[in-house]
Amino acid sequence: MKRLFCFLALMVAVILAGCGKPDFSDAEKKTIASLALSRLPPLKPDTTNRFADVPAAAALGSTLFFDLGMSRDGTVSCSTCHKIDRQFQDDLPQAVGVGHTNRRTMPLAGVARDPWFFWDGRRDSLWAQALTPLENPLEQAGNRAAYAHYIKARFGERYERIFGPLPDFSGMPLNASPLGTDAEKAAWNAMSGPQRDAINGVFANIGKAIAAFERSIEPAPTRFDRFALDLATGAEPKGDAVFTREEILGLKLFIGKANCVTCHDGPRFTDNSFHNTGVPPVADLPPDRGRIDAVHQVEADPFNCFGAYRDGDASACGELRFMVKDAPQLIRAYKTPSLRGAATRPPYMHAGQFSSLDEVVAHYAKAAPSVEGTSEVHPLELSDRERGALVAFLKTLSE
Amino acid sequence: MRSVRQSVVCRRGTGLASLWRYLLAGLGLAALLVGILAVVYLTAPRSAQPAGPDVSRTKKTDNGLYMASFVPERGVVRQGELESWLLTLKTKTGASVERAAIAISGGMPQHNHGLPTSPQVTDYLGEGRYRIEGLKFTMSGWWQLRFAISSGAGSDTVLFNVVL
Repeated sequence: MKRLFCFLALMVAVILAGCGKPDFSDAEKKTIASLALSRLPPLKPDTTNRFADVPAAAALGSTLFFDLGMSRDGTVSCSTCHKIDRQFQDDLPQAVGVGHTNRRTMPLAGVARDPWFFWDGRRDSLWAQALTPLENPLEQAGNRAAYAHYIKARFGERYERIFGPLPDFSGMPLNASPLGTDAEKAAWNAMSGPQRDAINGVFANIGKAIAAFERSIEPAPTRFDRFALDLATGAEPKGDAVFTREEILGLKLFIGKANCVTCHDGPRFTDNSFHNTGVPPVADLPPDRGRIDAVHQVEADPFNCFGAYRDGDASACGELRFMVKDAPQLIRAYKTPSLRGAATRPPYMHAGQFSSLDEVVAHYAKAAPSVEGTSEVHPLELSDRERGALVAFLKTLSE
Repeated sequence: MRSVRQSVVCRRGTGLASLWRYLLAGLGLAALLVGILAVVYLTAPRSAQPAGPDVSRTKKTDNGLYMASFVPERGVVRQGELESWLLTLKTKTGASVERAAIAISGGMPQHNHGLPTSPQVTDYLGEGRYRIEGLKFTMSGWWQLRFAISSGAGSDTVLFNVVL
């Protein structure tokens, strides 16, 4: 009888040996490993901004980022919408600066790794991006001449230590910009070429300082990363690195049947590209066609990579050089956002259309057609349990 | 490992009837079989990949005018990065095709979208080799790249599949 018991024990042990850990195929393991934060490569230098990794520039940039003086009426800074204690976003469906905008504030973790900026990619560098809200009448609502004068009066010495001597502003208007009010445009047009260039140069440096600061904002490891690391090394997960059955199911769906990983790929869970996913427009907001209308804006931007204010050579301008300019796929296409931290920052989509991850998952499962252009999303059969599992997995990217 | 430890604990019994021995041996073999099947089942790839598209890097153009080969210049494909690839064109007789006009298009047939970038021929490197810059595979999956080639030998097209 003893031997019988031994064999039975052996049999049970052999069967159990196959059931202990969450089982993933080799292909799944490879995909999971590709999503781990440990796979994030070091941040590349930005040759278009020679101050990108200058600490004094980053320090000035951080001052400017939080400075309410960087707006028309002294009430709005970058940090008004990019709140430091809220993943550098504001929890609102659409951002509110001096006025009410038509887009959701994007979080900033890892932003320096983006090839395109804003939901529609209407800017092609972090420093060119930082300049745009400064002159948007709904955001900081200032004008570049006023910013240049303000920098000289308030931070002149710090500025000159980093960027060299400020230009002579005598005879230049206090308020002028090609994008401002009629009076500001008239003042801009009355300036000489070298005067405009001097103002633009200081303005570009403001963006370069803010970008230098923003380069330090990087994503932090999450429960998912600890889980992925243990899975890759074969270590027994401990503490919060242990995934529940529901989270494992969600992860399997995310990289499998639900096809989320097709666009939300890599350690930042984004392909850095633009897609029409049939997200509905918001009533009462101005018409919004996404990427298709941004192409001309980035081409016309004097601060783009081909412009006079870029440092380094044009070899850094590949994204702009090989940009798709006119294709049906650009209609109502918006940038794939990173999913890191997404669970704790509703609402979702480019104008805050969805208030919960449940709504987001339901949208992708239903795959409603786009109001304009063609959605890339295909309908998906997901049970309630599977939808819940996907949301449970997404939460592991915020813990 | 667990099973090995288990069997080490089991010492040889004494004085069991031979019937019992056969029965036990049978049980042991059955257990072993179940174990092996479990291991095979659990380690096998979950879903066998359906037969994918033809991903050969060298092929005849659609009307047979050229032999075309299309390879990443750095040897490996890196997802999400701007890359340059080399398109090499030879005639049927193996002569290098020079001064060809090449138009590039493509996309992902399963996602209703074209290429995320506009790749272009940026250089002729001699011996029928053309450098194509600005390719970017932003997503995993099945990509198609179409080349419309025109030279003194005539006009032809070729399609390459790239699966990431």
